[in-house]
Amino acid sequence: MADFQTALLTAIELVIRLDPDLMEIVWLSLRISLLAVLFAALIGLPLGAAIALWRFPGRRVLIVLLNAAMGLPPVVVGLVVYLLLSRAGPLGHAGLLFTPTAMVIAQCILVIPIIAALTRQTVTDLHEEYDEYLRSIGCGALRSISTLLWDGRFRLLTAILAGFGRAIAEVGAVLIVGGNIQHVTRVMTTTIALETSKGNLALALGLGLILITLAVAVNATATAVSDTARRHHG
Amino acid sequence: MRQTLKHLMTLPTLLAGIMMITGSGWADEDRYITVASTTSTENSGLLAEVLPKFTAETGIEVRVIALGTGQAIRVARNGDADVLLVHHTPSEEQFVADGFGVKRYPVMHNDFVIVGPSSDPAGINEMANAALALARIAETKAAFASRGDDSGTHKKELSMWQAAEINPAGASGTWYRETGSGMGATLNAASGMNAYALSDRATWVRFGNKGDLVLHVEGDRRLFNPYGVILVNAEKHPHVKSDDGQKFIDWLVGEPGQNAIAAYRIQGQPAFFPDMIVE
Repeated sequence: MADFQTALLTAIELVIRLDPDLMEIVWLSLRISLLAVLFAALIGLPLGAAIALWRFPGRRVLIVLLNAAMGLPPVVVGLVVYLLLSRAGPLGHAGLLFTPTAMVIAQCILVIPIIAALTRQTVTDLHEEYDEYLRSIGCGALRSISTLLWDGRFRLLTAILAGFGRAIAEVGAVLIVGGNIQHVTRVMTTTIALETSKGNLALALGLGLILITLAVAVNATATAVSDTARRHHG
Repeated sequence: MRQTLKHLMTLPTLLAGIMMITGSGWADEDRYITVASTTSTENSGLLAEVLPKFTAETGIEVRVIALGTGQAIRVARNGDADVLLVHHTPSEEQFVADGFGVKRYPVMHNDFVIVGPSSDPAGINEMANAALALARIAETKAAFASRGDDSGTHKKELSMWQAAEINPAGASGTWYRETGSGMGATLNAASGMNAYALSDRATWVRFGNKGDLVLHVEGDRRLFNPYGVILVNAEKHPHVKSDDGQKFIDWLVGEPGQNAIAAYRIQGQPAFFPDMIVE
């Protein structure tokens, strides 16, 4: 129990002091994960909607694979991205390994299936409601996708937040492709892993509490913005 | 329709906003080198003490990837680091012999210790012979936490089992437990299971979760732990920053670096002993 108390006090102290190292790490975590979710949403939203609306051979298999890919093991994704970006790998000349960019790529790969799969389900449900209407106004496939994505935007927020939750919380992939370099690629989760391995359990747990608080704050902000928008647009 | 158009206009603004938040400050123009090193040099706090002095003198930032020695060597082999700073001399010499490294320089040393529960079920406290101590752990089947990760410490541990003429692999999963993780994680596991473990002294002294573990065996000459530094060969990997990398090595094995290593203390005790200066 003493550990939990110390952890809580450590967390509060770090936040009150605005510890510069902590601020840097929090800021980097947020930037990487938000950017990864942004790119993943740009790909995942239209991809999910397209799979929901278009009929093509192998579609059912694709849906099963997509749903399964929501559980992609971060360590495996990290390893694959590592091998691709390593100097000895096919994309090595870019020199991206052990940079924040590599971490964004890895998290993006983890988040795309989550956003795409949840979008697919949401749009499928919406489509059942809207099908007749879309048909009556002679809406083509592409227009249908954009219309349904727009009308489902408040429900799709959940898909995006689920993706963000995955990105901000995972450690396996970013540790491998980022290398946990101080002041360069050290984020919340890799710091927690490092402090745990140093045996500084209270500090690690304190950082964990801050990470959870951060995730709650992001979710609360998104929900608040969405609620305001909903009121404005009716 | 007009409604949709208005919404479409807000999208790029939103994107631009997020890009500004997330994309700023990643310009990679700083002068830096990448060093693949071991968890012991970082977890002990040594590098945090020594590297800023080098950066202050030269303006070259040092980015450290802390891994097990085996993994660090693989990263350097792939050309993903400019300099290698590890602690398993035979592997280091092999790395140079294979043409991946230019030259090995001795940097510093300390030693390994055997730690374990204070109740000492194997009765090895203050034994001078580390191999005999391991033999007694095996005889009594007392729990032993091994790194099991191809690190320098793991290789040292295996060589000590060999010296004791015991093959612990057969007991893996019973009293011999391979954690497959770093020194700190293995000490956490040992602390949780009340098991014995081999650790480098620096990580052990700095470790914050000792629980019931205490130091039992030290001072056997075979527990010597030498660190070497090697520049990755630009003939294998042309993008290697040879000039700045060599500058770092020259500094580290020269007077300023060696003094910085000697000056580093953990709880008042020297943690690493420089190789190149005579005290």
